[in-house]
Amino acid sequence: MLSQASLDKIEYELTKYPKENRQGAVMSALRIAQTEKGWLSQETIAFVADYLGIPAIAALEVATFYNMYDLKPVGEYKITICTNISCMLRDADTIVDHLQSKLGVGFNEVTPDGKFCLKEGECMGCCGGAPLMHINNTQMHEFLTVAKVDEILGELK
Amino acid sequence: MSLHKTPITTDLSKQTLVTLRTLSASQDANPGSLKNYEALGGYAQLKRIVTGKVKATDIITEVKVSGLRGRGGAGFPTGLKWSFMPRYYDGTKYLVCNTDEGEPGTFKDRDIIRYNPHQLIEGMAIAAYTLGARVGYNYIHGEIWEDYEIFEAALAEARQAGYLGEHLFGTNFSFDLYAVHGYGAYICGEETALIESIEGKKGQPRFKPPFPASYGVFGKPTNVNNTESYASIPWILQHGGQAFQDLGVANSGGPKLFSVSGHVEKPGNYEVNMGIPFTELLEMAGGIWKGRTLKAVIPGGPSTAVMPASAILGTTMDYDGLSKAGSSLGAGSMIVMDETTCMVKTLKRLSYFFYEESCGQCTPCREGTGWVYRIIKRIVDGQGKMEDLDLLTDLSANISGRTICALGDAAATPVLSFIKHFRPEFEYYIQHGKSMVTGK
Repeated sequence: MLSQASLDKIEYELTKYPKENRQGAVMSALRIAQTEKGWLSQETIAFVADYLGIPAIAALEVATFYNMYDLKPVGEYKITICTNISCMLRDADTIVDHLQSKLGVGFNEVTPDGKFCLKEGECMGCCGGAPLMHINNTQMHEFLTVAKVDEILGELK
Repeated sequence: MSLHKTPITTDLSKQTLVTLRTLSASQDANPGSLKNYEALGGYAQLKRIVTGKVKATDIITEVKVSGLRGRGGAGFPTGLKWSFMPRYYDGTKYLVCNTDEGEPGTFKDRDIIRYNPHQLIEGMAIAAYTLGARVGYNYIHGEIWEDYEIFEAALAEARQAGYLGEHLFGTNFSFDLYAVHGYGAYICGEETALIESIEGKKGQPRFKPPFPASYGVFGKPTNVNNTESYASIPWILQHGGQAFQDLGVANSGGPKLFSVSGHVEKPGNYEVNMGIPFTELLEMAGGIWKGRTLKAVIPGGPSTAVMPASAILGTTMDYDGLSKAGSSLGAGSMIVMDETTCMVKTLKRLSYFFYEESCGQCTPCREGTGWVYRIIKRIVDGQGKMEDLDLLTDLSANISGRTICALGDAAATPVLSFIKHFRPEFEYYIQHGKSMVTGK
């Protein structure tokens, strides 16, 4: 259900925990699975739980609790923009408006071509670079302006 | 690997660089490399302590003398916390570093792991030696993935160089340190929620006592400190606890990383001595942007009370200074607001944050944060009632102190302090259905 490359990554994460505590690696394992599949279906979550030897509900609890896991398809590029206080004070709203009109979607919607999804994020701990957004949970883009957003989106086409 | 995607905009010359000292020495693309850190005397303290078999009690005494207080926000004396760990325990003891900064306005620990990761690793290894911990975890905020990878690379470098692993420096001391990551949950900055998360569970705080020192990761004795706290340790042991204390003021030893964000010309991290006047720190951050005037400051992240300009202008930035002025130092996360800021809308956003991030375990917080948010939203939507203000105050006071963890208190603080200091703005909004500040 997951590629050998993903399973190898999960095995690396398991080396961080005592042998009897395989559940420790569930957050990483779900992240690795999501990176491969694009999002976490019930089947993927059950597979991860089974691989680690923990009840499926234990993995599902984690997947539903932490907000960077996606339990629905999010398109090729998930753009999460922070609107919390430090970003808000530096005009994140302008960036949100621009993204929404440019992509033609609201928060939690996917563009019809399945390319982009826009999410509202909570504080990402990089407030010195506000306003900011990250793409697919990994690439952080700071000091955003409308022009910079256009440039970033252009590269993702 | 391009580490400097974000340019360092802050002026280093006026800072006291301790946890970010690699920045002063290097113009390198990777200031935090092992080579750069070793050139500054990096890992010499760990080697001295481990090979010289320095007594744990002597190290704890030095940390107590330094006046170092927990840099994650609570300000608990680090040396005292270390003395709570059981000396003799038949099994594995753990060491945990909290790099899960999710308190809005806090971004200091990120700079430590990307610009000076080895000093954190050395600090943790010294703590592990002192407390007898065999295994350590650094739990890193989920959203800063690139910085997590930088830290993983630094760990590999340290293992390769013989600073982590089995029988360090040919002695009986062994310490394994791993990086683990969060995946989007503010609550995991609370130490017992963080421990649950390391174990692969929902991040819901545990009831205390028992404290982590007796029941932590996998039920084993565990010491949890903030990133900046651990990263201060090598400097303290190199220069002595007294030298660290002397950089600061009474009850606030050492320098501190201040994260300055919001309406300033040069947002960023500033590592300066405790007790620095607020005005001086603001000046280092370039002053208020666009030539505007200061309206209010949240000095230590939203779980500390907002201060109107008049209250903070004469204040010094340290535990006692801010507490006397009616707020607290928190994690040193200074959010600056200029005259154009609508306090009603700002509080609405903060209330949404606490509602969204409540873990759902305790009823007063789970239900209360939702009520608070909906009432403030109602005011912003033009349907507020004057009695809402007392209702908000009453509700918040009833969340505070009635939950397992401090998030309940944290959620109440902005509501109580915003209404206390800016009540006329809230009243105007209720009467006119629009902001007194922006007219919209």
